[in-house]
Amino acid sequence: MTWDSSLLLLILATSLVPGLVIFFLPEERVSLRTTLNMAGAVVKLVLVGVMIWGVFHGQQYETRLPLLPGGLDLVLHADAESVLFVTLSTVLWLVTTVYAIGYLEGSHHRSRFFGFFSLCVTATVGVALAGNLITFLLFYELLTLSTYPLIVHRETEEARQAGRIYLRYTIAGGAVLLVGTVWLYDVAGSFDFTHRGVLAGLDDADRAALTAIFVLLIAGLGVKAALIPLHGWLPRAMVAPAPVSALLHAVAVVKAGAFGIVRVVNDVYGVEFAASLGVTGPLAVLAAATIIYGSLRALFQDSLKRRLAYSTVSQVSYIVLGIAIVGPIATIGGLVHLVHQGVMKITLFFCAGNLAETLGVHNISDMNGVGKRMPWTMAAFTIGALGMIGVPPLAGFITKWYLGLGALDAGQDWVILVLAGSSLLNAAYFLPILYVAWFKAPPDAWPAERYWGRRETAWALLAPPAVTALLTLAVGLLASAPFSPLQWARFITTQEYAP
Amino acid sequence: MGTAVANTPWCVMVILLPLAGALVSFLWPRRSVPLGLVTALAVPACVAGLGWQVAEQGVQRYAVGGWGAPLGIDLYADGLSLLLLLMTALVGLGISVYSSGYFERKTAAVFWPLWLFLWAALNALFLSADIFNLYVTLELLGLSAVALVALAGGADALIAAMRYLLVSLLGSLLYLLGVALLYHSFGSVDIAILAQRVEPSPAVWAAVGLMSAGLLLKTALFPLHFWLPPAHASAPAPVSALLSALVVKASFYILLRLWLEVFPPSDAAVGQLLGVLGASAVLWGGIQALRQARLKLLIAYSTVAQLGYFFLAFPLGTSIAWKGALYLLLSHALAKAAMFMAAGNILRCCGHDHIVALDRVAKRLPLTLTAFTLAGISSMGLPPSGGFTGKWLLLDAALYTGQWWWALTLILGGLLAAAYVFKVVGYAFTPAEVSHEVRVVPVRMEWTALVLALAAVLLGLGTPWLLALLDIGFPFDSGYAG
Repeated sequence: MTWDSSLLLLILATSLVPGLVIFFLPEERVSLRTTLNMAGAVVKLVLVGVMIWGVFHGQQYETRLPLLPGGLDLVLHADAESVLFVTLSTVLWLVTTVYAIGYLEGSHHRSRFFGFFSLCVTATVGVALAGNLITFLLFYELLTLSTYPLIVHRETEEARQAGRIYLRYTIAGGAVLLVGTVWLYDVAGSFDFTHRGVLAGLDDADRAALTAIFVLLIAGLGVKAALIPLHGWLPRAMVAPAPVSALLHAVAVVKAGAFGIVRVVNDVYGVEFAASLGVTGPLAVLAAATIIYGSLRALFQDSLKRRLAYSTVSQVSYIVLGIAIVGPIATIGGLVHLVHQGVMKITLFFCAGNLAETLGVHNISDMNGVGKRMPWTMAAFTIGALGMIGVPPLAGFITKWYLGLGALDAGQDWVILVLAGSSLLNAAYFLPILYVAWFKAPPDAWPAERYWGRRETAWALLAPPAVTALLTLAVGLLASAPFSPLQWARFITTQEYAP
Repeated sequence: MGTAVANTPWCVMVILLPLAGALVSFLWPRRSVPLGLVTALAVPACVAGLGWQVAEQGVQRYAVGGWGAPLGIDLYADGLSLLLLLMTALVGLGISVYSSGYFERKTAAVFWPLWLFLWAALNALFLSADIFNLYVTLELLGLSAVALVALAGGADALIAAMRYLLVSLLGSLLYLLGVALLYHSFGSVDIAILAQRVEPSPAVWAAVGLMSAGLLLKTALFPLHFWLPPAHASAPAPVSALLSALVVKASFYILLRLWLEVFPPSDAAVGQLLGVLGASAVLWGGIQALRQARLKLLIAYSTVAQLGYFFLAFPLGTSIAWKGALYLLLSHALAKAAMFMAAGNILRCCGHDHIVALDRVAKRLPLTLTAFTLAGISSMGLPPSGGFTGKWLLLDAALYTGQWWWALTLILGGLLAAAYVFKVVGYAFTPAEVSHEVRVVPVRMEWTALVLALAAVLLGLGTPWLLALLDIGFPFDSGYAG
């Protein structure tokens, strides 16, 4: 086995192996557990760096393992799209691991937590590296299963109910995806992900069947991507501890769904072929409806985490919208939002976790003057929130700019209205939070304050949101620098669209 | 060395060894546990020897005592029998290790001879080359299984055992009548000879009906499943495991051999009927499992559901569909054994198996809960488990032949399985209202369940290898084709 073919396996192993070892560690082996976690995360980052360099220079990374008769293999494959998602999850895993160590200090079942946490990251990276639909399905289901123990982590009745709802949605979604996959195999005979799609080459394809398969695949993936009406699990899953909400529900799980939709449209059907089937139009409308609906629901949530959750429902659909508009510029906007939304939303969830952990503040109505008590946390929150609204030069602005430009370019002017309406709604549900936090007087006592000395909270809780807030700023300011998410999204798009 | 391995009559060894083990442990009850364990380790080795022989030399036919058919007893091993022997060896080893921690000395002295005898009967059944020997081994298997069910003691277990005995005898009797009819008409009981001679006639149809009815009753296909849940749920954990994982497969195996090799191709309606019964079993078993308040009954109904999947191959009839059904059979054996063992551990630890009162099992028995969940994953058919491979092949066959409604059954069955598995897992995380005293579970009981469940989940990765094994003397391309 050569270096090129084992690199992808190593990238998976850097989170899988520590995860499995951690399961068997006794609770009190804190430093060993921390070392294992951090070492895995750092080594993964280095390996991903090597991979990025290789992919940029045209290197092919692929690992194959025969799975089923008829040429159905397990395939790990690194192309430009997988790099985007792998890098996002690897960087954010590192940051979230630091955060989780701080957040869970002194709580129960930490070995179980970190074990499943590492399994989740393995599954996410597997989703990113999957080279065909069946491999994708394998990791997609693994992601479902390994997230469940994290949702019920607190072992309360409420957590059990949330876990039940989560599984009801995701397992049904997985089953629908499976049907679509088998059917596609039956019709097309192969489904390795390739630029411009495998189906475009079929001459006498049954178009009605392919349309039905598309609907099945999108429905299966739409559950995790939280497209309406399949989004119901996401706000409920917020009973999980903050690091889980931050990395998994804001980034890994929903992105796995969105990334799957990108794969299906771009690399299975091919954008042009999908457009000729007439399926991208309805998908764009669905995405637009989700964007508006999620924002509207967010307006009326008092619980901070629930408001952020509905905001996620809305924001993830930007990615789907960008793909479904069909046009190179909009595709860039959609792909780059995969990274941008992740960085911004994780910042917001870290901050929400800090407020809950340090002050016991869970609701927006309790946030009066919180900026004075926790200035650094709220500064990070502010950057994230402004980014979401789309204030230049932050990350969200870049996305919305490319989406709007792309929509005009593709002749779909109605999208501008959606973007404008959504930005207004974003402002309507984020600005009041910023207002009460910064300009109202703090109460005499916080609901459940923990004292941290002169600092506003623990270092491990403060550094991660600071880093991701800086990233939010950096990916916007340095958008035209080489290897920025935007440039990488351009690089992908040149491969997907015929010159 | 090579020739020694090649010339050893492994198929005889595979039967004689557990039989000898049963005898010795019966005569020397105080040493029954170590004797049983040594036997349990040696049998897989013999099966491996046979596997090597079949892989190297192709299909094996061995005339016991040198007489040969039609006078003597012939043993016959192809890929299909080998696969089932392997399954039995693997699960049997697991059950033996588990039992060595489960039973007290007094019960152990009764358990081991019966279990090893049952193992010998199973191996002989999978190697039988004629339908009369199949009857004999089936009867021996049934009797030892009934005795094992009664091992739990208590009124419930005895009633269940008695009912099981009646069902078992009725099933074998129907089968025997069919054998008599075939022997009368064609003058032979050898499968290969019958395959050449059998022609459609009223007597043959009567035999087909009688034998199938008997075997379906013993396989507990819906609606003939009524006896299974009480019998499997009231037995001691290792016995539940071996009944659900292995014993019900034996009658299905005979059914397969007859349908594919002996009986003339019938019209598609019969295949469709079996498919409908299988689908009903999947749905009914799943719904019943979901409604159970006790863990062991839930698992037993899950067996009823999983058995239904095997029959979906009859209406599909393609070689891919048969392979899918057999793959499901194999992974069900591993997964169901693991599930019953996990239930046994929970019962031992908490003293009860009421699902809503599972008290923080996730914390107390993490390995056991993992085993249960992993086994559940295979039952649901999530990748990369053996259950996934089996379902994928069946789904593929269903879409390929245009019979999409079977695909729907497969998916619904998977969703039901997810619902009942995670119902248990969910309650295992939360504390119960009334806390019970906790007893220690031996480590080997936890690990055996986990290893078997892991094997079920990783089984999907061995698909190319196992399907190649099955292709040796594969009877399914030529026979009944729906």
